[in-house]
Amino acid sequence: MTTQELPFPGLAGVPTNDDPQNRKEYTSDQEVRWCPGCGDYAVLAAVQGFLPELGLRRENIVFVSGIGCSSRFPYYLDTYGMHSIHGRAPAIATGIATAREDLAVWVVTGDGDALSIGGNHLIHAMRRNVNMTILLFNNRIYGLTKGQYSPTSEPGKITKSTPVGSVDHPFNPVSLALGAEASFVARTIDSDRKHLTAVLSAAAAHRGTALVEIYQNCPIFNDGAFDAVKENDTKADAIIPLEHGAPIRFGVQDENGVGSKGIARDDATGGVKVVAGDDPGVLIHDAHNPDPTIAFALSRLTDAGILHQAPIGIFRSVERPTYDDGARQQIATAKAGQDDPSAALASLIAGKDTWTVL
Amino acid sequence: MAKQVQQLDRVIIRFAGDSGDGMQLTGDRFTQESAAFGNDLATFPNFPAEIRAPQGTLPGVSSFQVHFADHDILTAGDAPDVLVAMNPAALKANLADMKPGTAIIVDSHDFSNRNLIKAGYDGNPLEATGHGSLAEDYNLSVLDLTGMTVEAVKEFGLSRKDAARAKNMFALGMLSWMYGRPTETTIDFLTSRFAKAPDIRDANITAFKAGWNFGETTEAFVVQYEIKPAKMNPGTYRNISGNLALAYGLVASGVQSGLPIFLGTYPITPATDILHELSKHKRFGITTFQAEDEIAGIGAALGASFAGSLGITTTSGPGIALKSETIGLAVMTELPLLIIDVQRGGPSTGLPTKTEQADLLQAMFGRNGESPVPIIAPQSPGDCFAAALEATRIAVTYRTPVMLLSDGYLANGSEPWAVPDVDDLVRIDPNFATATNKTVTAKDGTEAEEYWPYLRDEETLARPWAIPGTPGLEHRIGGLEKGDGHGNISYDPANHDFMVRIRQAKIDRIADSLPPLVVDDPSGAAKVLVLGWGSTYGPIGAAARRVRKAGMEVAQVHLRHLNPFPKDLGEILKRYDAVMIPEMNLGQLSLLIRAKFLVDVVGYNQVNGMPLKAAELAEAITDLINTTTGDVHAHEAGDSATKDRETVK
Repeated sequence: MTTQELPFPGLAGVPTNDDPQNRKEYTSDQEVRWCPGCGDYAVLAAVQGFLPELGLRRENIVFVSGIGCSSRFPYYLDTYGMHSIHGRAPAIATGIATAREDLAVWVVTGDGDALSIGGNHLIHAMRRNVNMTILLFNNRIYGLTKGQYSPTSEPGKITKSTPVGSVDHPFNPVSLALGAEASFVARTIDSDRKHLTAVLSAAAAHRGTALVEIYQNCPIFNDGAFDAVKENDTKADAIIPLEHGAPIRFGVQDENGVGSKGIARDDATGGVKVVAGDDPGVLIHDAHNPDPTIAFALSRLTDAGILHQAPIGIFRSVERPTYDDGARQQIATAKAGQDDPSAALASLIAGKDTWTVL
Repeated sequence: MAKQVQQLDRVIIRFAGDSGDGMQLTGDRFTQESAAFGNDLATFPNFPAEIRAPQGTLPGVSSFQVHFADHDILTAGDAPDVLVAMNPAALKANLADMKPGTAIIVDSHDFSNRNLIKAGYDGNPLEATGHGSLAEDYNLSVLDLTGMTVEAVKEFGLSRKDAARAKNMFALGMLSWMYGRPTETTIDFLTSRFAKAPDIRDANITAFKAGWNFGETTEAFVVQYEIKPAKMNPGTYRNISGNLALAYGLVASGVQSGLPIFLGTYPITPATDILHELSKHKRFGITTFQAEDEIAGIGAALGASFAGSLGITTTSGPGIALKSETIGLAVMTELPLLIIDVQRGGPSTGLPTKTEQADLLQAMFGRNGESPVPIIAPQSPGDCFAAALEATRIAVTYRTPVMLLSDGYLANGSEPWAVPDVDDLVRIDPNFATATNKTVTAKDGTEAEEYWPYLRDEETLARPWAIPGTPGLEHRIGGLEKGDGHGNISYDPANHDFMVRIRQAKIDRIADSLPPLVVDDPSGAAKVLVLGWGSTYGPIGAAARRVRKAGMEVAQVHLRHLNPFPKDLGEILKRYDAVMIPEMNLGQLSLLIRAKFLVDVVGYNQVNGMPLKAAELAEAITDLINTTTGDVHAHEAGDSATKDRETVK
């Protein structure tokens, strides 16, 4: 199987493995130590189940994480991995991905790690479009430090560090990613294994930085933060599904499967608004639109406060040159036809203006 | 008119002007001419942090000092023999360094009332006469260099401003005549530098030649000087600055180890030149990553090291502060990493373009936990090349971050450098792990082959380096404490104590690989040892020569390795009755030496952003010798030697 035939063009250059693989091979011998009921278990299971499908050589996969509950992730996968320091995983992964075309690089991070202490590295990785897949576990709380508000917590959040309510305004990770020129931005939910796997597949297939925000429940410090998109009686109205080429409709479906609500352009604001499902102006989702304006407008349908409504799916997936491919190309061009580094070194260090003492 | 030729053994010239006057270029060209001529030389560029400080003001003065000689020299010199001042501010800012009787050449063109006031002069010092005047105290030449330049280049039809800008080349031509410098290198340089602007090129070359011809014909100068080529060891030489030599040393590190170089960095004075230089050499497989900040620079470098490159980050003191947490991660993950700190004046933003050696303790201790990092320092501009290779040897062999401490004086200063033969350079084997290294027996008696990332080499205590892509060696590393051998997370108290000690022991083991120190004690009779590190090598060596010339004995030892110290250092220190440590800080090496060896060293400390002056240091050494060989206790001698130098400690 050649890389060209891979269903994952984003992983071109990474050697493949013809032998069938299974999740057990991707499971390390380390005991998983998240709290009972943590959403991280579901994501780990999905990733361990999904990685064998990639058909890559296991030794060519690298997981890099920062600090936080989710950042323990690499320890539980039997690939190469680095559990680094707070917020720096995208920077470290940039070095790995740029140094080695033959590695599939994944970053596992959380809302505190990626959006607070590591915000700078996250936006610059997306701006450069370094070939890596970033899984941003968003539980809207600091878990490992035992329950302080995070940069995605709703305003007014009462936590140990904000006893009378947080006065911080939160980030919308999808809006941030789109503003940072990300070429692939998606959102999924820890408990929806099928959707999670589909989004991860698309992210892996993307060449460049793929940012996947995963709504992830913290049962200890922020239980129920995503109930609206998970509970059967609310999710039809809460989840705005984004599927490329399909009308953006949600809400209770009629007998033909058409949702009661839809999303259309709002001429008054220049953004988008909720309309009736049969409104002729309902948008057809175009994730490949080179202009990110509508994707951004869609991202604004997400509640900044308590979550009642959020688009789920791939907001944007466009092709753009990647940093690491460009950097490697410059080196390959400079190296072409030069195969004696010692002679080149001797010539370099002598320079043009030498004199000889006999 | 035939002029008298006078032989000199050495000359120190300082070119000084406004930041925009091209004094650095002028000095650099004079240096190249002197190098081509075969003199030994040392240079000291000194410029403001602002790119274009307000014109004509004292803070805007930029200068370049070049010391060239017919014998080997160690420093750029304490005080110039000749000052070329292009405006009133340049004269005023540099006059204090000129001894009576030395030569001052002034471009009188800019001595207008307005410029005199800007520079803080009450009247025109060039017109003053009598006691205390420039004309009486110095060998003063007042020339309208700008006017003559404009006249010489008028055929090219440049604007008056552009024409006047060639005045630095006029001055260079004049000085080149005065000291018999060869002119070809400068003409070649101007030809290629301004290849795209023929009128500018021709104006500069014409101004340069006009300056030369003026020197030859004017009656203002009656003497031409000759400084014969220096007797140097056989070899091929070039002139090189510290930052260039360091960059070349990093290129060589890649070639000699076979590792791809990955430089992750963020621009910062005075280290940025290394990024500029390495970015030109992609053909050596060098990746240069200009990161979003200092932290990302070292983070990406460490990631590249994990992936099998030689990760390098370059910065100055403020950048080290930002990188500290990642250096700790490199200590914990035991990956090779070079951290280049081109030190500048601190704390905080400090003096970005001035030199200092005050990051030693930051390099040594500036991290949380017990976090030992090897430290090495080059001693001269050319030595930055060898120091870079040595840093790589240690980093790769011992799987550790290594701190290399250069400084602003080394970075921008230059000297003739014997170009090494590439075949003679050290070869560094990355020795990647390719196979499992541990047989594990399960409870049921079955055996399995595993890769243990923290199973150490018995000799070096280094751990194996298995890079991604190596089948069967998949493993996870990180900042949490590792269990000995298997490397899984461990919170076991005894394991932590063991791992802290073994990380220290690994760094200590490096001393086994170091050559004995070179003790420069010609007669073997010295009672006083001067111990130094880094860029003070030149001033200390020059001071020691002065002391010996005066008939006294002094020994000199210079440290390349600051952590760990060479094994014979303690024994050498105890051989002498007194030990002086000159440093451009308040006594950082002194603190380490006192703590490690219980030797009551005498500090000689200066933190003014400038290199040490050999004459002043020689006086201090002389004082210490007198008190040591006399009845005065060395400790009291130290108090006198450091009088007015050590501030509050």
